[in-house]
Amino acid sequence: MAATSLVIDRRRLLTGAVPAAALLAARPARAAAASLTFEELYGTIGVLGLAFSDKVKALAGQEVAMRGFMAPPLKAEAAFFVLTAIPMALCPFCSSDADWPNDIVVVYLDRKQTFAPPATLIEVTGRLEVGSWTDPESGFVSLIRLTHGRFAVVGRL
Amino acid sequence: MRSRLLALAASVALSGAADAATVMPLDRATILVGSPFDFKVEFEAKVKADEVRITVNGEDYRTALGAGTGFVEVETDKDGKELGSAVLLRGVRIAKPGRYTVEATAGNDRWSVTWEVFGTADAPKARNIIFLLGDGLSVAHRTAARLMAKGMTGGKANGRLAMDDLDRMAFIGTSATDAVATDSANTMSAYMTGHKTAVNALGVYADRTPASLDDPRVETFAEAVRRQTRKSVGLVVTSEIEDATPAAVVAHTRRRADKAEIVEMLFSVKPEVILGGGSAYFLPRAVPGSKRRDDKDFIALFREAGYALATDRDELQAIAGRDRLLGLFHPGNLDYALDRMQLKKGTVGKFPRQPGLVEMTRAALDSLSRNPDGFFLMVEGSCIDKASHPLDWERAVFDTIEFDQAVAVARQFQAAHPDTLVVVTGDHTHGMSVIGTINDDLPGDEMREKVGTYAAAGFPNYEDRDGDGYPDRVDVSRRLALFGTNGPDHYETFRPKLDGPFEPALKTQGGTYVANDKYKDVPGAVLVKGNIPKDEESGVHAVDDVVLQAAGPGAEGFKGYMEESDVYRVLADAFALGATRTVANSPAGQASAGEASAGKASAGKTPSK
Ligand SMILES: [Zn+2]
Repeated sequence: MAATSLVIDRRRLLTGAVPAAALLAARPARAAAASLTFEELYGTIGVLGLAFSDKVKALAGQEVAMRGFMAPPLKAEAAFFVLTAIPMALCPFCSSDADWPNDIVVVYLDRKQTFAPPATLIEVTGRLEVGSWTDPESGFVSLIRLTHGRFAVVGRL
Repeated sequence: MRSRLLALAASVALSGAADAATVMPLDRATILVGSPFDFKVEFEAKVKADEVRITVNGEDYRTALGAGTGFVEVETDKDGKELGSAVLLRGVRIAKPGRYTVEATAGNDRWSVTWEVFGTADAPKARNIIFLLGDGLSVAHRTAARLMAKGMTGGKANGRLAMDDLDRMAFIGTSATDAVATDSANTMSAYMTGHKTAVNALGVYADRTPASLDDPRVETFAEAVRRQTRKSVGLVVTSEIEDATPAAVVAHTRRRADKAEIVEMLFSVKPEVILGGGSAYFLPRAVPGSKRRDDKDFIALFREAGYALATDRDELQAIAGRDRLLGLFHPGNLDYALDRMQLKKGTVGKFPRQPGLVEMTRAALDSLSRNPDGFFLMVEGSCIDKASHPLDWERAVFDTIEFDQAVAVARQFQAAHPDTLVVVTGDHTHGMSVIGTINDDLPGDEMREKVGTYAAAGFPNYEDRDGDGYPDRVDVSRRLALFGTNGPDHYETFRPKLDGPFEPALKTQGGTYVANDKYKDVPGAVLVKGNIPKDEESGVHAVDDVVLQAAGPGAEGFKGYMEESDVYRVLADAFALGATRTVANSPAGQASAGEASAGKASAGKTPSK
């Protein structure tokens, strides 16, 4: 994974590769946010369920930053999207054959942002929320979320 | 036939206004005598109850079907728009075989259909049926599996697949009621109900109302087995157990994606053996990893119903032989055979002790064969299809070899229990072909120069030194050239995907799929432009016929060209499911009493032994 640094990220931004609003929104919180990776989400992974890691439990309610890929949302502009560890080759929203992977994080945005292209690594900052919650509009059930989220493009795979 | 044609002509002549109606079961439906089904007439306008006239072979439908009027004043679409009146009767039955013409009129609305209600032999031909289905199994998968697993010398195969020795066969038409193209829901539903239906539908005719769970139902094979016999039922798959193929044995929904509801339907039928993936839909929503939207805990419910639970291959060994098995080995689909056995990619790192299809089939037979009344076992090689969609041909072939080894287990069981019918088939095909070899030693800079065609193909150099029936590796220097007929934009690498399952295309902002750049720099990769709509993420099913093969009592019913719905008839005949008898002679009450005295759970009709 050719994850580039934030410096390069800013350069990409200046060349217009990323909506400026994305970075402006992301900048203020970044310093305070603890980083969390997909590998760190679960302490145990089993057929009968997953258990959140101690790190997730400790960070619940706090500002965190996570890197991953934006799953193709239903609409080009949406207030929430699904963050996955690897790019999605299928769209579970539209294909009855496909299904979400187990380790997904739902991101609620403060304001609508345009969709990141596929295979584009993004960094999301938001408040970590843990526990089952059903989205009233879509009925989508999530167990782990980033609320008040902002994201910025980090680089291409 | 003539009357149906006349009726059709009449309705065509009348059309001009919105004056047609739809009768379900549809025209030319074949219905097992005595089996319950829902009857629905959808009028294309709002009509008055007293205008409706429906006859079955000339007799008023209320008398003929022994039910009420079932009149629905108006049905609406999802936006509340009126669609017209309807008549809907649940669970009617026809007691005598024969041709039945249904005529429905209301004002100018009229339609006529003819059904064939068929009976079966009075006595069963087979005690057991093992129905093995390779999802997406095409002729090329079989040819490639034989070449890869057995090898070839001088143009003759060095060995035979287990499925090569089944002695009866038929070509099977797989199309849906709404399209020549098809999916695993309506195809397996046709096998398991005797009724063809629409793409994405299971155990129902597709009606016009938006709800997916209210469509007119027909009886599934497991339900017929429960109604007419004391046999056990088993499901063994490598996909999620809620996936279309296993679901079609028990479920009724217009939408195969209703997986949480399908688990509930599975629970109501309670097959004695349930082995596969898909635990996420068994867990209450509060458990991380759950995909349910409610608090129902089906792990607990199945346990309370007397099931022994296994979550990996060791636990499966430990509960083998118990009366009721629930084995869930993955939250989603099990990994591909190639990943489970050799490459350890996909999610094998997280779930390292998944059993394979062969072990699961053995465990199922061990358990089911303890029922002296016999059993119906459905075994699905689920991931042949799942690998074929993303054009990952080596994984698809490896899963085909595994499927064939499960066929071998079924054949060994049949050798010891000759009263067993073994059926091996696919549900639909994929557009793939074997065209020769890819030979790294051929000269040329471009990979296409290394594709050996005609005499230049020679023979592939896979090896099976450990004798396990699988090639020791798939990335040999002279490998099969497997190509698909359709797909999205993607990079052709001319090589097996050793780093993990192939993901040919990724979705873009506009909803279209573009070639996945990840494979761009594989040496020799070339961009292949897609030939199907840009919103398709992978290769699609083919409309080509499926080859069905069978052996054992009743297998002589398979011949020539058959529709998938005709296959049901042979299965029903083998078990004499149309006979007036069976459960009445051996009441379920007695069975439960026997179980109770033997100290076993009595949540169904499993006999005491
Ligand atoms: Zn498929």
